[in-house]
Amino acid sequence: MNSTTRKLLTVITESALERTLVEDIERLGAHGYTITDARGKGHRGLRSAAWDESGNIRIEVVCDDVTARAIADHLQARYYEHYGMILFVSEVAVLRPEKFG
Amino acid sequence: MLDPVLLFFLLGLTAGLLRSELRLPAAVYDLISMLLLLAIGLKGGVELAKQPFSALAWQTLAVMGMGSLLALLAFGVLRFVGRLPRADAASIAAHYGSVSVATYAVGVDYFTNRQIDFEAQMPLLLAVLEIPAILVGILLARGLSRDMRLGVVAREVFLGKGIVLLVGGLLIGWIAGPEELAPITPLFFDLFKGILALFLLEMGLITAAQFGSLRRYGLFLVLFGICMPLISSTVGIAVGLGLGMSLGGTAMLGILAASASYIAVPAAMRISVPEANPTLSLAAALGVTFPFNVLVGIPIYHAMATHAFELTGGLGP
Repeated sequence: MNSTTRKLLTVITESALERTLVEDIERLGAHGYTITDARGKGHRGLRSAAWDESGNIRIEVVCDDVTARAIADHLQARYYEHYGMILFVSEVAVLRPEKFG
Repeated sequence: MLDPVLLFFLLGLTAGLLRSELRLPAAVYDLISMLLLLAIGLKGGVELAKQPFSALAWQTLAVMGMGSLLALLAFGVLRFVGRLPRADAASIAAHYGSVSVATYAVGVDYFTNRQIDFEAQMPLLLAVLEIPAILVGILLARGLSRDMRLGVVAREVFLGKGIVLLVGGLLIGWIAGPEELAPITPLFFDLFKGILALFLLEMGLITAAQFGSLRRYGLFLVLFGICMPLISSTVGIAVGLGLGMSLGGTAMLGILAASASYIAVPAAMRISVPEANPTLSLAAALGVTFPFNVLVGIPIYHAMATHAFELTGGLGP
C-alpha cells in the first residue's frame, strides 16, 4: 500500500458556528471538510442535541501541516474565549495525498 | 378544563424533570416544527389574499416599532434593576422583544377552541416581529461604531428556518388560494392540533432542561421572566387597540408581545454578541416565560384584552 501522512484536524463546537467556521476553513486553504452532528458533555454542560440550540457539530479536515496549523491558530484566537470548542490534531495515513494539498 | 395540548406539555415537562429517557429524535422535532410553521404561514396567506394592502403596511410598521420598544424596555430593567452585564442584558432584551412561534401556536389553538376570530395578518406580524428586536439587541451590546457583522446576522435572521418557512407558507397560501390548497389541508390544517401536541411534548422536555440553570442564576431571572411578559402584553394590547383590531386580534398581539424568542434570536445573538451567556437568556425565555405564557399567561392576556375592550369600547385607528 502506497501511503503518505497528513494531518487530521478535528473540531467539536456549537452548531451555531457552522456557517462562519466553514468560511474560515475554506479561506485558510483546506480542500474539503466533513461535518457531522454531535452531542456530549464538557465544561459548558450537557449538549443533548435534542433541538437546534443544544446541538454540537464535529468538523473534520484532512490537510497538510501548514494548513492545519493555520486553521488551529485562527480558531483558537477567534473562538476559544466565548464559544464551547475543542480541537485536536492527529496524524493520518492517506492513500491519495494529492487530494489534501 | 385543561386543553390536551397543554397536558402534553406537562407530560414532557414532568418526564424531563424526572430525567426520563424520553427524547424526540432531532429529525422528528425538525419535521413537526416545519409543519407547524408552514401551517401557520399557509393559513395566514389564504386569508391575507382577502385583505386590502394599505392597512397592512401601517400595521407592520407599528408592530416593528413595538418590537424595538419592548427590547429597550427589557434592557432598561435588566441593566438597571437586575444589574446584569451589558452584553447579557442586551442579549436577553433581544429575546424578549422578539416572539415565540410556539406560544403563538398555543394561542391559535386557544382562540380556535373558543371560536374567537382574530385578524388574518397575524402570521405576517409574527414574522415581522422576529426581526427588529435582534437589531436593537446588537446595537445595545455593540453601539453603532464597532464592527457589527450585520451581513452575517442578516443572513442568520432572514434565511433562518423560522422566517423562510413562515414567509414561504404565507406566500404559497396567498398565491395558491383556498381551492388549490384543498388537497394538502389534511396534513397542514386537520392535523394541526396533533402536531402541536407532539411539539409541546418536546417543548416540555426542552423547558425542563433549563431548570438547572435557573437554580444557578437565581430569583431575579424568574421574576423578570414572569413580570416582563405581563408588562409587554399590556403594551401589545394597547397597540392592538390603537390599530383598531378585533378583540381576538388585540389579545393575540398581547400574546405575541408577551412571548420571548428561543430559536431565531439565540442563533443571531450567539454570532453577533458572543460574550453574552446564552444560558441566561434561554433559562429565562424557555424555563420561565414560555411555561408561564402557555399555562397561565394566555388566559390572562385574553381577560386583559376583554377588559380593555369593555373600558374603551374598542378604539379605531
